[in-house]
Amino acid sequence: MAPGDGKTVALFATCINDTMFPSTPKAVVQVLERLGCKVVFPKSQSCCGQMLTNTGYYDEAIPSVRNYVKTFDEYDYIVGPSGSCIGAVRHQHPMIARHAKDEGLETATEDIVQRTYDFSEFLVDVLGVEDVGAYFPHRVTFHPTCHSMRIAKVGDKPQRLLRAVRGITLLELPQADQCCGFGGTFSVKNPDVSVAMGTDKARNAASTGAEYLVAGDNACLMHIGGILNRGNTGVQRIHLAEILANTEEGATL
Amino acid sequence: MTIDQSRSTRREVDRNRLTPAPPTESYLGMPAFPKGVKSELGNQQLRRNLRHATTTIRGKRAMRQAEVHNWQEMRTAAEQIKNRVGRHLDHYLIQAEEKMTAAGITVHWARDAEEANRIVVDITKSKNTDEVVKIKSMATQETDLNEALEEAGIAAWETDLAELIVQMGHDKPSHILVPAIHRNRSEVREIFLDEMGNWGAPAPADISDDPPELANAARLHLREKFLRAEVGISGGNFIVADTGSLVIVESEGNGRMCLTLPETLISVVGIEKLVPTFDDLEVFLRLLPRSSTGERMNPYTSIWTGVTEGDGPQDLHVVLLDNGRTKVLEDPVGREALRCIRCSACMNVCPVYERVGGHAYGSVYPGPIGSILTPQLRGVSSPIDQSLPFASSLCGACDEVCPVKIPISDILVHMRHKVVEYKKGKRPIPTGERVLFKGLGWMMAKGNRLAGAQTFTKTAGKLFKRKQYIGPIPIPGYAANWTNARDIPMPPAQTFRDWWAEREDTK
Ligand code: SF4
Repeated sequence: MAPGDGKTVALFATCINDTMFPSTPKAVVQVLERLGCKVVFPKSQSCCGQMLTNTGYYDEAIPSVRNYVKTFDEYDYIVGPSGSCIGAVRHQHPMIARHAKDEGLETATEDIVQRTYDFSEFLVDVLGVEDVGAYFPHRVTFHPTCHSMRIAKVGDKPQRLLRAVRGITLLELPQADQCCGFGGTFSVKNPDVSVAMGTDKARNAASTGAEYLVAGDNACLMHIGGILNRGNTGVQRIHLAEILANTEEGATL
Repeated sequence: MTIDQSRSTRREVDRNRLTPAPPTESYLGMPAFPKGVKSELGNQQLRRNLRHATTTIRGKRAMRQAEVHNWQEMRTAAEQIKNRVGRHLDHYLIQAEEKMTAAGITVHWARDAEEANRIVVDITKSKNTDEVVKIKSMATQETDLNEALEEAGIAAWETDLAELIVQMGHDKPSHILVPAIHRNRSEVREIFLDEMGNWGAPAPADISDDPPELANAARLHLREKFLRAEVGISGGNFIVADTGSLVIVESEGNGRMCLTLPETLISVVGIEKLVPTFDDLEVFLRLLPRSSTGERMNPYTSIWTGVTEGDGPQDLHVVLLDNGRTKVLEDPVGREALRCIRCSACMNVCPVYERVGGHAYGSVYPGPIGSILTPQLRGVSSPIDQSLPFASSLCGACDEVCPVKIPISDILVHMRHKVVEYKKGKRPIPTGERVLFKGLGWMMAKGNRLAGAQTFTKTAGKLFKRKQYIGPIPIPGYAANWTNARDIPMPPAQTFRDWWAEREDTK
């Protein structure tokens, strides 16, 4: 029996992955189906609302929270490939519901939070797998990302998944736990500091000699990757899910 | 600039002043944070100093935390003790006043900075003296006491080594614990050579930039001031309500001199500095040194419970300072910042602080705590105060180290909301950013609206199929802010939701 047999997973692609990085949610679908899960994509989904909340626009974030609850309420497992968006759902949705002074919504968010997982957590904690049968014969370095570590609190699950990948060479990223400087709208409201931080992160990544910089969050990767690309460092960005989707038998979707 | 040129730009001594003049620029007049950081980011010397200093102290703090098996329980205890103080502040304040008075301390109440400064000036004048020695204190920096004293004809001398460097350098502190963190030893040497002689004992002419030599010059310079002074001024780290004890911690021993030599001691203490009982102090005296200097125990801890004949100050005054704190207490989210014990751990781990230092924050409290406390104390009407809550990438490193468990990131977000609301109240007609976020909120309310908006990204993706990245976009605002230094991926021609729909159709 496959670990995911009998489990229906509602994929929360997140707005940025849906729009800018579709290969990541595709990879999630591939891994989850390979492990036996039935994956659904409720198309009424939009965004976790984090960008609005974190910029101080609470009123404007309320509809996103309502929409999340309405979209995913019927599912037991809601899985998204972003520590930051998942962290925002868990940590901020109840707060926004309280701000909306809507008790029903508050109860609903508190309940749905229990069923919302980051992709790496779902694999390790719910499906109980670390080796997902992936093969990736490349040198990679892993950036843990702040919100995965400190808000979604995924711990070392991404690293455990990576270590089980066949053919992979994992290189240690210097000062891995330092923020890359993306920070949502921080990246455009404080562009100078953001770039200063990102440049240090990019330099650390390049210093490892890795081909790929891997993380569980495409937003951070978009920022660091943008700097890596501008500087022609040759280091590519890649989401954890895309490494896990890669197998020896078949290329990714 | 060569070194000689920089030395020749040395300033003329202002003979009208009793002490070195600080920079003329007021904190509130400072540019918003994103503008203020430009010169600091371009100063590699400063960045190197900051990187070195914060990395070292960060490591020490982590090591000291790891030694304490029940660190998390202690943090929780500290949080709860301080919360209790906040809940019953009126009770503990009155109790503290009674106990301090009974022990022989004269207690004063100051509503704001001006009142606090007036009280200190009046007491000092009544002692017929025109100078005071000071222990490093955040509260008196908050009230800008030194300048109030200067105006009243009283010279205030900073005696903490780093504060002395700042004062002699006509400078502002850039860190709450190590205020001269932005200076290196050659700069300190030059400052001492140029300035000490103008205000007392000069530095030896052949002084090198060797730290022990510099410290010795400071010692000699300060010694005559310590011996002369009739009045000492300090802040206070804690006041124990049930015993009326005033607790002052410091590392250099300069505080011990200020606290024991002058006949009169005046301590300006924020009203949130209370702890209920002497037992509660234990928790904080263990958390504070490990969190701030990375030491197991604080080197000099002075506790005054009233006055004792023949030992220490014979006339002891405590000025209890509000200066916006009761206003902070009214806000159920923001009030958690009042637990702060000024250890500086949050700024030492802050990646933003590490790169820009303290000056750009335009406040005596820089770094994460400054970004949440200053706009609460001063309000959010000035550009600098409006920008402070946004001076963070919300990475959460500060939340993890704060010994009193202040949820700094959450309060940053809360203060961002306050800034947005303030602006909405001020300008009913929405500005560019508000229109953008209103639109974003509308778009994200429903999946099909997001799908509609994706038409634009898909079109771009189709048009520029062969381009992987977009380079600089010269449209002022967010587009340029992003692409000036970072490329942005070209959006794909097919979104995930389209791919999914296609896959479902072919099933
Ligand atoms: S907020 Fe916390 S970490 Fe920062 S100075 Fe205050 S007590 Fe220390």
